[in-house]
Amino acid sequence: MKIFTRFGEFILMLKGMFTKPENWRMYWKELMHQCVELGIGSLGIVSIVSVFIGAVSTLQTAYQFISPIIPRSVIAQIVRDTVILEFAPTITCVVLAGVVGSKISSELGNMRVSEQIDALEIMGINTKAYLVLPKILAALITIPLLVILAMTLGIWGGRFVGEVTGILPHEVFDRGLVEAFVPYNVKFALVKAYTFAFIITAIPAYFGYNVKGGALEIGRASTTAVVSSCIIILLADYVLAAVLL
Amino acid sequence: MISITNIAKGFSDKPVIEGVSAEFETGKCNLIIGASGSGKTVLMKCLVGLITPDAGEIMYDGENFSHMNDEAKKIMRRKIGMLFQGSALFDSKTVEQNIMFPLDMFSHDTRAEKQKRVDMVLDRVNLNGAHKKFPAEISGGMKKRVGIARSIVLNPQYLFCDEPNSGLDPQTSLVIDKLIREITTEYNITTVINTHDMNSVMEIGDRILYMYQGKKEWEGNSKEIIFSKNEKLNSFIFASDFLKDAKDMRMLEVSGKIDEKRNMDQLLNG
Repeated sequence: MKIFTRFGEFILMLKGMFTKPENWRMYWKELMHQCVELGIGSLGIVSIVSVFIGAVSTLQTAYQFISPIIPRSVIAQIVRDTVILEFAPTITCVVLAGVVGSKISSELGNMRVSEQIDALEIMGINTKAYLVLPKILAALITIPLLVILAMTLGIWGGRFVGEVTGILPHEVFDRGLVEAFVPYNVKFALVKAYTFAFIITAIPAYFGYNVKGGALEIGRASTTAVVSSCIIILLADYVLAAVLL
Repeated sequence: MISITNIAKGFSDKPVIEGVSAEFETGKCNLIIGASGSGKTVLMKCLVGLITPDAGEIMYDGENFSHMNDEAKKIMRRKIGMLFQGSALFDSKTVEQNIMFPLDMFSHDTRAEKQKRVDMVLDRVNLNGAHKKFPAEISGGMKKRVGIARSIVLNPQYLFCDEPNSGLDPQTSLVIDKLIREITTEYNITTVINTHDMNSVMEIGDRILYMYQGKKEWEGNSKEIIFSKNEKLNSFIFASDFLKDAKDMRMLEVSGKIDEKRNMDQLLNG
């Protein structure tokens, strides 16, 4: 029963976000602030993860290709498709669920426990709209861009490692990249990115916003938020693949 | 004036406050006192709308707060300032930004006018020069003063203070009490204070409401409290021997017999 109560509270939180802002300029400022916090703040980790994922993909795909009949450019095709379809959107968002999710949950949890949310409510501010909505919108703006960046860097990482290790010269890799390219895959990856962006902000925001207690509960909420987000991302990943591919 | 009628609130079928009725007068410091767990914080949260009471009515100068819709409550809350127990300052903002925040959100003044207002309230709470400091860089007493400055920056009609002296030394507590008293009379606002600081009760208690196990047990002012025969109130307020002695002295002082006692003590001690 608890899961239904939580789901109901989650829906009510989302519903509560949509009211007329008290001051558009302040909301815009908060949105931009969140874009910087969530987007620019995650650039480093996304770049590192993507480059290494691409590099490892090239190495492991090449390792499994022992048949001389299959052209080496197929390695590039496989790296491209796995990075675009799975690694860039899903792995990036799972990593971001940890980085961004715990940040959102602990920030809101701390604000709740230290009565900062109450202080905003007393001022007559809709805290769901002012604190939660800009975070979700910022994620919907920045995370798809981060996923595109992750695709690019992942493929570049694969190409770079192929060249450096001599497994795959860059001319062959570049040829493989354009062979049998399906543009729909990029669209599909972006659909995933938008879905995951919502999950990794809305769920931690819910857990943080509804914290009751003290420091211990903030920690617990943060862990629950990250674990729940990761599980829901993986579930959504399966559902989207089953429905859209 | 704020008047409440038969306010009741419970959590998980356990009543926390039951049938509390009272009036909080304008231009006066109205104190809600009581032991921890007596329901005074829940009562204050009901008053400001952070908790919805199960029963009863809350009237703000004739306007029924209990029956207002969310939008009307939001507008009403702009007339309310609140000082929280832990000050509730925004960690990521400087002192100046904390105070500027309500102005940025609700005022249509120019930047210079807002800055003037911030400087004025910071000066009012004796915090000149603290503009650029973050909450983590200032003392507990200073945080309370920033909290007061933030709560009065929009010229509220009602000021709520939840345990304004908790965690402060006696001297700083006196400064905060004095400040709240001055602001209340200066701006003629209705101030409601939750406290269990006996010094505050005696110094600024124009109107005192004593809560006991979720019910109103006693109501009066700081003079009447000394002569009260209510046992529960007396055992709460004058809990230590020191406070009992202080009460006796105050009783003599109020009844004009203090000089008589001093003369007698001088005679006895030679």
